[in-house]
Amino acid sequence: MEVLRDQNWLLTVGTFLPMVGVLVMLFVPKSEEETHKGIALVTALATLGVGIYTLTQFDYDNAGTLQFFADAEWIKVISSNYTIGLDGMSLPLYILSMIVTVLVMVYSWNHIPSPGNPKAFLILMLILQTGMAGTFVAQDLILFFVFFEVVLLPMYFMIGVWGGEQRQYASLKFFLYTMFGSALMLVAFIALFFKVRGALPEGVEASFSIPMLTEYGGLLGRSAQIWIFAGMFIGFAVKVPMFPFHTWLPDAHTQAPTQGSVILAAILLKLGTYGFVRIAIPVLPEAAKEWAPWIGLLAVIGIIYGAFGCLAQTDMKRLIAFSSVAHMGFVMLGISTLTPMGFNAALFGMVAHGLITGMLFFVAGSVKERYHTLEIARLGGMLKQLPRLGWILGFAAMASLGLPGLAGFWGEFPAILAAYSPAEGLPVETFRTFMVIAALGTVFAAAYLLWLFQRTAFGEPKPEFSGSGHDSHGHDSPGHDSPGHDSHGHDSPGHDSPGHDSPGHDDLHDVTTHEWIAWTPFLVAILVFGVYPQLMFEIFDPAVEVALRAFGG
Amino acid sequence: MPTAETTRAAAHSAGWFLENAWIIPIVPAVAFALIIFFGKRLPMKGSELGVASMVASLVLSAGAAWQWMNRVDDASSGAVKEVARIARAEGGQSASFVGPVVREWTWWQSGGLEFGIGQHIDGLAVTLLLVVAFISTLVQIYSLEYLRGDRRYTHFFAALTLFSAGMLSMVLAPNMVQLILGWEIMGLCSFMLIGHWWEDQANARAALKAFFTVRVGDVGLLVGTGILFFSANAWTQANLGVSGFNISGISAWALSGEAGKSALTWGAVALFVACIGKSGQFPLHTWLPDAMAGPTPVSSLLHSSTMVVAGVFLVARLYPVFWEGLGITENSVNFIVVIGGVTIVIAALLAFVQHDIKKVLAYSTVSQLGYMMMGLGAGAWLPAVFHIFTHAFFKACLFLSAGSVSHSGSHHSFDMKKDMGGLAKKMPITATAWIVSTLALAGVFPLAGFFSKDEIIDNVGHNGYQVFMIIGLSGAFLTAAYMTRATYLTFFGEARGAAAGVHSADVHSADVHSADVHSADVHSADEGHDAHGSHDAHGSHDAHDSHAAHGPHESPKLITIPLVILAVLAIFAGLANATPFGSDWERFKKYVEPSPAFVALDDTIATGPGEAISLVGAEYGEGEEKAGCAYEVPEPGTACYFPAVSHAKFKWSKGLLSLAIVAAGLVSSWFFCVQYYTRRNRRLVGLTERNVVLRGGYKLLWNKYYLDALYEKVIVRVVAHPMARGAYWINQNVLDGTVNATGRISRRIAGWVYRNIDQRVVDGAVNGSGAAAQGAGGALRPVQSGKVNQYGALLFAAAAIGALVLVIINT
Repeated sequence: MEVLRDQNWLLTVGTFLPMVGVLVMLFVPKSEEETHKGIALVTALATLGVGIYTLTQFDYDNAGTLQFFADAEWIKVISSNYTIGLDGMSLPLYILSMIVTVLVMVYSWNHIPSPGNPKAFLILMLILQTGMAGTFVAQDLILFFVFFEVVLLPMYFMIGVWGGEQRQYASLKFFLYTMFGSALMLVAFIALFFKVRGALPEGVEASFSIPMLTEYGGLLGRSAQIWIFAGMFIGFAVKVPMFPFHTWLPDAHTQAPTQGSVILAAILLKLGTYGFVRIAIPVLPEAAKEWAPWIGLLAVIGIIYGAFGCLAQTDMKRLIAFSSVAHMGFVMLGISTLTPMGFNAALFGMVAHGLITGMLFFVAGSVKERYHTLEIARLGGMLKQLPRLGWILGFAAMASLGLPGLAGFWGEFPAILAAYSPAEGLPVETFRTFMVIAALGTVFAAAYLLWLFQRTAFGEPKPEFSGSGHDSHGHDSPGHDSPGHDSHGHDSPGHDSPGHDSPGHDDLHDVTTHEWIAWTPFLVAILVFGVYPQLMFEIFDPAVEVALRAFGG
Repeated sequence: MPTAETTRAAAHSAGWFLENAWIIPIVPAVAFALIIFFGKRLPMKGSELGVASMVASLVLSAGAAWQWMNRVDDASSGAVKEVARIARAEGGQSASFVGPVVREWTWWQSGGLEFGIGQHIDGLAVTLLLVVAFISTLVQIYSLEYLRGDRRYTHFFAALTLFSAGMLSMVLAPNMVQLILGWEIMGLCSFMLIGHWWEDQANARAALKAFFTVRVGDVGLLVGTGILFFSANAWTQANLGVSGFNISGISAWALSGEAGKSALTWGAVALFVACIGKSGQFPLHTWLPDAMAGPTPVSSLLHSSTMVVAGVFLVARLYPVFWEGLGITENSVNFIVVIGGVTIVIAALLAFVQHDIKKVLAYSTVSQLGYMMMGLGAGAWLPAVFHIFTHAFFKACLFLSAGSVSHSGSHHSFDMKKDMGGLAKKMPITATAWIVSTLALAGVFPLAGFFSKDEIIDNVGHNGYQVFMIIGLSGAFLTAAYMTRATYLTFFGEARGAAAGVHSADVHSADVHSADVHSADVHSADEGHDAHGSHDAHGSHDAHDSHAAHGPHESPKLITIPLVILAVLAIFAGLANATPFGSDWERFKKYVEPSPAFVALDDTIATGPGEAISLVGAEYGEGEEKAGCAYEVPEPGTACYFPAVSHAKFKWSKGLLSLAIVAAGLVSSWFFCVQYYTRRNRRLVGLTERNVVLRGGYKLLWNKYYLDALYEKVIVRVVAHPMARGAYWINQNVLDGTVNATGRISRRIAGWVYRNIDQRVVDGAVNGSGAAAQGAGGALRPVQSGKVNQYGALLFAAAAIGALVLVIINT
């Protein structure tokens, strides 16, 4: 398999640079909070710098070839090597992870959630960054698995320590559920290795290398492929999340601090779908064809079911969480068609969803910070009191429902189209039915998003928040989250304990400078990629063609 | 039999305006961005940017139109350039195919497939560009005065400008994806503009309803595009080098004879579903009247002359698909013509019971859109497109007049019964504009509507759709009648309420139930209906308090000048295609209707980035009318882009019949109005209360056939509440329940294993061994009693046993 090996130190540096920052931070005492923030931000920016350099050095004419390829001996005993590389499919996601980390760091400057301790919080974020970037560059199954798991622990702590009221339950559920899937995935990986080793032609050495497995995976018998795919499917499907394995998501998202939700939505969910397009489908084409209708079915169920779930929500963050299930349904539908159009749509949808839903969670976090509640019934008239925040919410909502001209459209529309004509061997009528159902899903998407926008942004502010006097803290009725878990907690020593912030007019300031800095790249990207999607499609397309070679292109 | 003689085309000599028409939507798009970011700081709050961008678009569109007309003229006159002349073998009549000016840049690619963003300029595009740019300009000028002092003045102009950008980009779209882009942007702007005064929840709800209803129809747009794309792509790639999204490509494929019938039919049906939503056809028309909640300029631009014709435009643009897919020439009934016909009648009937002047106009718009659809569905392509053109002028004029009345005559109320009447004397310009436009709408010779609407009716009958011709004629009667009623209530009779100078507080409240003379129980069913939109006073009210003292008066120039311009056009626009006067007067047909000629394929230059495409015509000869494209399969190497539609010959007998019907409508309605409203004729007043049949009919109309109740109370409620709750219940209790149960059961099992196996069995064994050891020790302890006798006995016993054993062993 052809690879490009120039500058192959680049990816290692890009992946592990955050760990350098972690090391430095470990030696700085916990109390020097500003220093920690500085170091973390500098590290994230440096990582992003490496990422941008990678962007410039990437050979776009060869976007289908693995670039910056490195292959070093690692664990010889199990034939697992340190193999990394980047191609058109992983490049945007790799860069996106770095950008999101930087922006979340900027946002965190004033928003370390209670109980504080920026040292721990930011260290975990940097470890998370390494895990995310590593997953996207890993070209060896064991290495992939390691990075895949590395992201679990920081997220567990981020939710479990800095999260909302039910954080213990949410974080534990997230961790165990995902781990359960990963365990099966590991079994599948190992089984794959052994089976391929048995089927290899003379002279070819067996290893966990993904390029090698992609080339020879098709040699396996059909039923072996199907079982191995099943294991991988469970692992990835929990992560995506696909119906019915999605129930960890609403709780994780709702209880996580804003930064955690943004990273979770923007990148972590993509690890699952990425696993499908990188590993499961290219390596096991026969199984992919068998499984594709089922994946498509679960995908469209997810679209509709996610939409219904959204309509039933009373909490804004939970609504956005369910919308992730629906969006991922479109991505998985595109993947299940096993066509270049579907894959391209899915990859674009991944990036678009990351930008859009990340933005929505940022907005939700800001709403929580100002109103101290996310209950939709208690919100209203945001356009009057916080017009800029309201407009951003409107923009993000329009992007999320797939308005052409904004990024979300290019993830949904080609996916729906692709379902009309799936790959050879797939049941056409079934997929066309999926297409119609998915098109209906866009109507529901409009419904829940516009309903959310109408309830929260239009109209008059509720009496609770519109008065000029302070509402006393007695307003925190039992249904209200106790302020201790808001992400608005400030960490400067001179500040009052969070319990002193009274809701009401005082906190209702519009978008701050920090927030603008953190959000503008998202907003610009959503618009730019919406208007000119070719920017990303020309990167994805060659790599997708390579990945789908086994399917007749 | 077509012969192979072709004329080679030269590229790039189409003219600057034609080749750069893609700039036309970009100007307002840029203006939108500028207004959003800088508008508030400008002296006129951003409106100057909006108006300027519209004027620029208008100039560019006019230039493009001019050059297009030259292009067509050159083709027929014989100057070669880049269009071809096709000579008929016999008969000597020449018809030329005028190639559209197409330019595309790659916008999206995947797996070898790509489509672009750019322009496709032909007669239809040029017409719509002109109409949109022109009406947008006038409406923006009008809004300068109408919305003066509005709290969101800048945003209004931003949204209005973005809307124009969206529609302009849709109109010149060369492929379906760009069309969808423009379509959806228009929908977004419609949402923003209807809900412009969103402080009032009713307006926000109306905006949502509009967006949502159209979205439901848009499912058809996505599905239809998919069907057509995948069915046409192979053919279009092979023959024309373009993707299956390309509009010319799809049209040619549809007429090639190689297109699958079911793909065509399903594609056409799916796309038409989208048109039903966007163009307010039955049964998805319910959003249009509610959209009147928006400011009047919005109603006059989006919801009468431009956005709502997008569906008609789509059918006209992809006409070959509908022609073939729905068998327009083969049958005497099809999906489109039925929907169109039904829409005409039901909307016209609803216009009779409205109190709100804008709602009368809204239903009139729905009805006229029905005419356009019915025309298209019956093969009357040109009359329908011409009706888009003329209708835009007089309908926009009617809406702007209504706005003028509300602005200066009825103190921001739109309730005819409560606050209008006798305004003709006080507002002469507005009244004249209104009356002229009404007569044009009704179809009175020689005003514009006569030449367009009557042509539709005529051609519908000519093409074999007799039933629908009768529906069209009935619709003409109804149109004349309800418009007369509205005219009478507004401008004649005695002044009531605000028109009489009564400045009542009620006028400004959000609750606008006009107390009707009829029964109150009919009213109670109306609770939710008219709450939104009988007036749009909130914003502009503050600045106009000084008017209260004056009573009704004519509006300022910024309002009346657009009215006059549009009224003049309402009078004369029909002459652009005055069929009764002979074919020399049929300018519109000449420049807009595409030619049904065969076009040589091998001379087609495929589009590349920024390249202009030129199509050349192949010579073909035919004498009869019903021949050519769509009646013959094109010879190999040629393609068809438009079916050979037929045109009815105008006869004054038909014309006079329809004029008589219109006159009957006008006169009978006037008579009725005078009798009922002014003279209060006792036989008429309270008639619907006394007569059961009439009462039932009235109730049905008042409740809009209960469709809204069906949609909102049944369908939406069922989905939004039970199904959503049900799904969520399943999520929390079944799915998550399984997860949680797994957790709980695991812990139970773990506990059980711990208690019973670990603690009892395994640990029990450990403890048991200890207990056994202890027990054994305890059992053996009595041996150590300390009694010498016992030790002696034991010793003796042991010795005896030992001796016995020795003896036994040695034997």
